[in-house]
Amino acid sequence: MVDDIVFWGLAVVSVASGVAVFRVDSMARATYALAVSFVTVGLVLLLFGLDYLGIVVVLMMVMEMAIMAIYMIMFMGMNPALMPMSMVHGKRTAVTVAGLTFAVLAAGILLVDWPERRGAPAADLTLSLGHAVMGSKMLVMITVSAVLFATIVSALVLALPRGRYDTDGADDGDRASGEAPS
Amino acid sequence: MTLQTVLLVAAALFCVGLYGAISQQVVVMVMMGLELMLNGVILAAGAFWWFLSPAPDGQVLLLVVITAMTVEMAMGFAVATLLHRSRGSDMTDMATDLSR
Amino acid sequence: MTGALTQVPAGWVPLAAVLLLALAALGATVDGALAARAQGRHWGSGLGLPMAETARLLRQRRRRTVAADRPLWLIGTGGLLVVALLMVVVVPLGRWTLSDLPVGVVWFNAMDVVVWALVWLAGWGPNSAHSLVGGYRFLAQALAYELPLMFAITAPAVAAGSLAVGDVVAAQEGLWFAVWMPVAFLVFCGAVLAFSVRAPFSAPAGADLAGGVLADSSGIDRWLLLAGRWALMAAGSAFAVAVFLGGGHGPLLPAWLWSLVKTGALLAVLVWVRRRLPTVRPDRLLPFGWVVVLPLVLLQLLVVAVVVVVGGS
Repeated sequence: MVDDIVFWGLAVVSVASGVAVFRVDSMARATYALAVSFVTVGLVLLLFGLDYLGIVVVLMMVMEMAIMAIYMIMFMGMNPALMPMSMVHGKRTAVTVAGLTFAVLAAGILLVDWPERRGAPAADLTLSLGHAVMGSKMLVMITVSAVLFATIVSALVLALPRGRYDTDGADDGDRASGEAPS
Repeated sequence: MTLQTVLLVAAALFCVGLYGAISQQVVVMVMMGLELMLNGVILAAGAFWWFLSPAPDGQVLLLVVITAMTVEMAMGFAVATLLHRSRGSDMTDMATDLSR
Repeated sequence: MTGALTQVPAGWVPLAAVLLLALAALGATVDGALAARAQGRHWGSGLGLPMAETARLLRQRRRRTVAADRPLWLIGTGGLLVVALLMVVVVPLGRWTLSDLPVGVVWFNAMDVVVWALVWLAGWGPNSAHSLVGGYRFLAQALAYELPLMFAITAPAVAAGSLAVGDVVAAQEGLWFAVWMPVAFLVFCGAVLAFSVRAPFSAPAGADLAGGVLADSSGIDRWLLLAGRWALMAAGSAFAVAVFLGGGHGPLLPAWLWSLVKTGALLAVLVWVRRRLPTVRPDRLLPFGWVVVLPLVLLQLLVVAVVVVVGGS
């Protein structure tokens, strides 16, 4: 019963802040609305007993959104604080597509005859996740780590204006001089 | 709190994100839409795991979704930075010539 | 999960809040005394400084800025105290704890990441250049200290074989983790200074920015920010005591008193340290954090893991 109330509260906040992301005028508010949406989903995961994953979602997403806010403000260019704006194209198409998708998904969710629950959760889910990661699913995590490394390298290659060896004054021992490239 | 209700909430999150990803003009806002879609996926994956088969291995799927999200964000920022630097703009409409 | 700890009901949260504020006040008082001594006055004359400052700020009128983002500003200023309280929720006081989460260490980590968002919001809110630059500086140095912090608190968790703070405390009976993982302990202390925006990590609130994130706050807003910083420092010290300094373990005195005494002592040391260190530019911290500190902490973690594997088999 308590779980139900908490779940519905979190669900409403989550969807409402998700909608707010595309309704508010300020980039900071949009980003942090998304952060709220993520945090509520993380808390719902706690309801499923997924302590570790729920808190990791909160941790990662707050961090991600804090960084994201910088990019939002940097790249939107013209939003000092609360400038009203509408930067959308094909709004009607988008609404239609999203609405149709929701209808299809909802129909599927309600009509499919979901199977009964099989098995029971382990006593210590965090421990069992650790065993899965270090045991039967190790290959998955090895792949993930390679992908993450490739992401770091390729993102840096894409984003850095200077080449590998032009490190902007590395020779005088001041690599962090912070001068913008001209 | 049943499987259906949780999945409906997840679907709602997914579709709000889908709307954003289709309609927004700025790359970073498109990314916000994608993130919201993945948010729905995380919720759905958690619900499937809990209500259908709470086996230990299922949690790994969630980890993979979270990783996918970080990868998406890092690459998105890199591309947005590159676009912004080379064109002084990051509107998706102005990058359509990249597809030609 | 942990037999040694008693989980007290949620009705005790106000007491935890009072204790946290008292510790924060202790930190501020020590700081006041040290400041008075640094100015050549008797240290006793600085003891009343925090209270006097509180009285002054509570009477001061709130400053308003043009086109401020009021809701976000309020979240940023008010949130620091809340986050500090959420941090100590998992920290045991002797035998008692408010919540012995099975993943308490990760919880603490998540809360200190929320500080990123809050400090930035406090800088963004007033729509002022100085405070916004302060917020950006905080995020820049957050990137420098966060990964070392994560690996530093991973080390005790690995050694205890559990993410529950209660288990980590129980594993330190006899030998404190700070003794055989000093690098992790020092890095964590540095991180406490960092997320409470203290020197050498005080650039976000630096004098060169007219106070940075503090620049445009006044009255109760400013009090909340300052008290929030002290409370974060106190919460960080309390967590350090639990995971590195043996928690309530100690001779003679009861366990809860040991927790408090150690927390107060560590807090005082941190306050003293932060007064001795200069502010470092965030862009210089970043290479230092990633090139020097991060490998050191990883090595520390490797040593701990090897010790655990060898000793455990």
